[in-house]
Amino acid sequence: MVREITYADAIKEAFDQLLESSPDTFVMGIGVKSPWYVGNSMKGIFDKYGEERIIDIPISENGITGITIGAAMAGMRPIMVHPRMDFMYLAMDQIINSASAANYMFGGKSNVPVTIRSIINRGGEQGAQHSQASQAMYMHIPGIKVVMPSTPYDAKGLLVSSVKDNNPVIYIDDRWLYNEKGDVPEEMYEVPIGKANIIREGKDLTIVATSYMVSQALVAAEELADKGIDIEIIDLRTIKPIDEDAIITSVKKTGKLLVVDAAWRHAGVAAEVSAIASEKAFSYLKQPIHRLTLPDCHAPASSVLEEVYYIRSDKIKEKIQEMIK
Amino acid sequence: MKTNLKISKEQSLAFYKDMLRIRKFEEAISDVSEDKEIKTPCHLYIGQEAIAVGACRAVEKEDYAFAFYRGHGHYIAKGGDTKKMVAEIFCKSTGCCKGRGGSMHLISPEVNLFGSTAIVAGQIAPAAGVALSSKLRDDKKVTLLFFGEGATEEGVFSEIVNFASLKKLPLIMICENNNAAAHMKLSERQPIDDMYLKTEPYMPSFQIDGNDVIEVYSKVKEAAERARDGQGPTFIECMTFRWKGHVGPLLDIDKGLRTAQEIDSWKAKDPLLNKDILSGLLDSEIRDIELEVDDEVKQAFRFARESSKPDPATLLDDIYAD
Ligand SMILES: Cc1ncc(C[n+]2csc(CCOP(=O)(O)OP(=O)(O)O)c2C)c(N)n1
Repeated sequence: MVREITYADAIKEAFDQLLESSPDTFVMGIGVKSPWYVGNSMKGIFDKYGEERIIDIPISENGITGITIGAAMAGMRPIMVHPRMDFMYLAMDQIINSASAANYMFGGKSNVPVTIRSIINRGGEQGAQHSQASQAMYMHIPGIKVVMPSTPYDAKGLLVSSVKDNNPVIYIDDRWLYNEKGDVPEEMYEVPIGKANIIREGKDLTIVATSYMVSQALVAAEELADKGIDIEIIDLRTIKPIDEDAIITSVKKTGKLLVVDAAWRHAGVAAEVSAIASEKAFSYLKQPIHRLTLPDCHAPASSVLEEVYYIRSDKIKEKIQEMIK
Repeated sequence: MKTNLKISKEQSLAFYKDMLRIRKFEEAISDVSEDKEIKTPCHLYIGQEAIAVGACRAVEKEDYAFAFYRGHGHYIAKGGDTKKMVAEIFCKSTGCCKGRGGSMHLISPEVNLFGSTAIVAGQIAPAAGVALSSKLRDDKKVTLLFFGEGATEEGVFSEIVNFASLKKLPLIMICENNNAAAHMKLSERQPIDDMYLKTEPYMPSFQIDGNDVIEVYSKVKEAAERARDGQGPTFIECMTFRWKGHVGPLLDIDKGLRTAQEIDSWKAKDPLLNKDILSGLLDSEIRDIELEVDDEVKQAFRFARESSKPDPATLLDDIYAD
């Protein structure tokens, strides 16, 4: 039986079923019992599972992230929640030096099945320290996996897979997607980590996108379909390890590649996807690869500046038209 | 132990006026955010005015200060231009950060107030760095470091307490204990109530009534003297309460985080109703101050409203210094 629920509810359902099905799973993080921090994506979870397993924390991101890593080393399956990616920088030492390196450094004898959920929360004149999407920082690191669901179906399935994975997984969701609706099965299911999803088939141009940008690319593609432009959209879903085959196969078909990632440009997802396409499908490319990303600057507060800073479907549409003349 | 410091008439006037300025600016900002004319998240300082005022009045304009996202009060108390503050909160091009920072990121280099951070405890290490610069240059300046009790939960707090003490930095650590961090009371986050116990082995550490401006003033003054004399940092825990909810104009009663009784009990300890201050002032003097402050608020809001929004073409300015 398939129902339509929102992205936020899909996350909540994954939490619920993971907690229900395994006593080894527990949750820690700032604001996990508060609607401010996690939106409605965890509504009722605290009331149902109580403060023993849903632990709202002192303001100590580095230490507490390390605690979830330690519990994972002991075989538990914790979920650490950072309600904004901006605050998660404080925990990078633990994530990188403790979690990501352990399995390799200890000769495969210390794996860390922790899930670190972090939320992109931006807009509303919040400024540079409350707006960041720092996925690129984590995809740079060996030993961790990084997922970014764009649909309610994947929001649930990827959270389940993240917790079941034997490695540290960074799970990144986006507040701007919370009200998006989609089909989500009621039972617990997994979405494979490392597999992209062709979300729209087309022959004229490939868009590879992440998270919220997938939904915006879809809007742009639908609007251009009337003009006879036929866009293929690949939702990466996992940015580390990245699904090279999906990218290469599509580029071979369309010969044109636009990468859209709502984060900084340098050394980011878009740079990585471009490198893969030029290394492995160079001779199929009919024109230079294009990247649509945030400009190389911090998020401004002013809504007038936010308007030009962030990417919506209109900017994607413009870019496509530039590429298909 | 309460200090019996005698303060002059001018001081009483100045303390009262600055506290009232903060109160009236915050109330006006609160009203306007209710109408959504202001979008940037505002963490209001109402109820805590005595701390910023007492501390800033105890040091010189040239002394340094670091505040945080709940920073309108510190900006006003340190002597920042209120037109530029309100314009920044309206995210206008004339704001102190040209509209790029918003409420959480005020700055006033004219009075040596560094930019405020929206990362809890983000200001602690840089403030100690500024204090180190004073030590290395022997410029006799002190650095006021304001932070909430929640910031003492971050690891960096312990690192800096240790280092500032070790190197005898001219740093005055002012912990504003309002018993709350966002949606959580102190007892949900820490097994102790008294923050000054954390620093006692490292530096002179005190717990005082943060709603008593004279008390704050005298403790900070002593701390500044010690710091200028090369005797190192001081920790002053100021017990207080924020009247508004964590962010914005609401009270957080609806969210079940606080009760009306709790808020009322603290309103009875309103820093503006300080008897030692008010007893020295004439009614006519108080009225004059009120009129002056009302006018300052009006002018600042008019300036902000009439200012232009940032030009989108300036988006990429200032990424690097020249
Ligand atoms: C590193 C970091 N973690 C979490 C937050 C979210 N947050 C903003 S304010 C706040 C509470 C801080 O409380 P406190 O330090 O006591 O200051 P107050 O707001 O009470 O003045 C929290 C948790 C943040 N801004 N930065």
